[in-house]
Amino acid sequence: MAEIQSYTMNFGPQHPAAHGVLRLVLEIEGEVIQKADPHIGLLHRATEKLAESKPYNQSIGYMDRLDYVSMMCNEHAYVMAIEKLLGVQVPERAQYIRVMFDEITRILNHLMWLGAHGLDIGAMTMFLYCFREREDLMDCYEAVSGTRMHATYYRPGGVYRDLPEAMPKYQESKFRSKKELDRMNANREGSLLDFIESFTDRFPGCVDEYETLLTDNRIWKQRTVNIAVVTPERAIQLGFSGPMLRGSGVEWDLRKKQPYDVYDKVDFDIPVGVNGDCYDRYLVRVEELRQSNRIIRQCVEWLRNNPGPVIVDDHKITPPTRVEMKDDMESLIHHFKLFTEGYCIPEGEAYAAVEHPKGEFGVYMISDGANKPYRVKIRAAGFAHLSAMSEMVEGHMLADVVAVIGTQDIVFGEVDR
Amino acid sequence: MIERYETLASKIDARFAEQMLRVPSTCGELTYELDKDNLIEIATALRNEADFGFEMLVDVCGVDYLSYGSDQWKTNEATDSGYSRGVEQEPVILDEADEFDPRRFAVVYHLLSLHHNFRLRMRVFTGTSNPPIVKSVVDIWNGANWFEREVFDLFGVLFEGHPDLRRILTDYGFIGHPFRKDFPLIGNVEVSYDDAEGRVVYKPVSIEPRTLVPRVIRDDNRYSADLKDAKDG
Repeated sequence: MAEIQSYTMNFGPQHPAAHGVLRLVLEIEGEVIQKADPHIGLLHRATEKLAESKPYNQSIGYMDRLDYVSMMCNEHAYVMAIEKLLGVQVPERAQYIRVMFDEITRILNHLMWLGAHGLDIGAMTMFLYCFREREDLMDCYEAVSGTRMHATYYRPGGVYRDLPEAMPKYQESKFRSKKELDRMNANREGSLLDFIESFTDRFPGCVDEYETLLTDNRIWKQRTVNIAVVTPERAIQLGFSGPMLRGSGVEWDLRKKQPYDVYDKVDFDIPVGVNGDCYDRYLVRVEELRQSNRIIRQCVEWLRNNPGPVIVDDHKITPPTRVEMKDDMESLIHHFKLFTEGYCIPEGEAYAAVEHPKGEFGVYMISDGANKPYRVKIRAAGFAHLSAMSEMVEGHMLADVVAVIGTQDIVFGEVDR
Repeated sequence: MIERYETLASKIDARFAEQMLRVPSTCGELTYELDKDNLIEIATALRNEADFGFEMLVDVCGVDYLSYGSDQWKTNEATDSGYSRGVEQEPVILDEADEFDPRRFAVVYHLLSLHHNFRLRMRVFTGTSNPPIVKSVVDIWNGANWFEREVFDLFGVLFEGHPDLRRILTDYGFIGHPFRKDFPLIGNVEVSYDDAEGRVVYKPVSIEPRTLVPRVIRDDNRYSADLKDAKDG
């Protein structure tokens, strides 16, 4: 019998399961993967170089567009790096708002992941369920920042503005009956915090729904159990972080180990996997949904009872209010300087990392004292994860490649930068 | 946190003495500069020795120090004709020099110890050689593979001993190293589809570079060390 030769196959870059623009060159023998060579960079926009050419505040918006399903967490790392260099102390209320929105973002990200991962390996309904809840969270984004995705809400020194007193409502139209309109606006009568609270009331039930569909599902388990097992030693050696590391059984979460903002004041648990396979990583992320919900509830509670400033009162780095600006010369000058030239940051370097939904997202910033960063390096979690792709799919079937791409939670905005 | 880092710093000083040079930090981070010849030896020790235990390489980052500390807009003294808009570009320096300034290119490693919960930053300057070259740490931390490829792609720094040093982020057939400071922000070529030829063609860029906000360095005495001391005292 003639010996079967291995052959190479191209996967992507335009493939619905490639989560964007991943091109994989697979070396296959029969249907078994021998080697995978991911080609990335098809979405490379040189964000880091662009940031070098702009005053500090003008790059916050670019951060949203890195990992475009966990926008505010990216901003968080960026503004934290600036705050570290400036030595600014952020008001406590702003810290709570940031933590709350970080967790909302984590839920947004994990829902997107769960839906897309489910869809990739044969669970259509998940996608619809997940997007139903995402819609409400995006409304929170919109209420607070004006945009559903690319918020640019975090600023060095705090957040752009305080939480709104009224939640925007659906408007009357000839396509909606009065009854339907009332149903849609039922939980929008109060403030944003009321809306978020009503979300957290029902969200654990939604997670139960997802779990009913997947956790004990025979097909789901066949597709994920024992697929792409990563030992804890390898996970550390390969620079994994976030759920990829915790799925392998390493208890490491920056929110607990190197707490930033008020993560040391809220109560939550870190789920850890045992086997390090796709199924464990799924369980870790689902549990993180529940824990994020817990954190959000605590933040809502605190924010209700503690009004206060949400951004530092230093007009060298944050703009004065419009009202002040209209009748105070000094404020007008501050405003003009801030929005034309920006502010200079003392010479130095800082690395600020946050526990991003995908892992450790870090911003390394070098300043030479100018109004623009000298160098910004974005450390994306997905980049390290994707580099281990070949090792993870080796010896698996072609169909499992899709499961591995899914389990890594790849988003090309952050991998390619 | 600061005391813990000081303990680590004294351990590093005791173990490596002159080999690692501490760089002062304004925000409580540990940064060391080391000679590129010692990189492998020190990196191995930092990973394996129980006192340090830096088992994870978080990030590898290239830096080009070509225009460090230079600004586009001098406003310290008044002039007869007023200030310029400060948007004229400095002449582009080409990479054809046989030798670079020894402190031009640096590779920065961010290490993390899960066991001790420490972070550490190491900076290695690549020296005068063109192309710049340092030893690869892939054998010590396997996760360095793509990070080093990225530095190679964007800065043209070679990594000796890297198993697969190919471009990673830029286009197939790309020329140049885009994150070098003398590479223009708008790039050198633009790509379009040519209807007549029926294929994608590369042409020199037609748009002009523009600076909307000039780069400016201002003396800000709020951050000066003497003033801070006075306030604290």
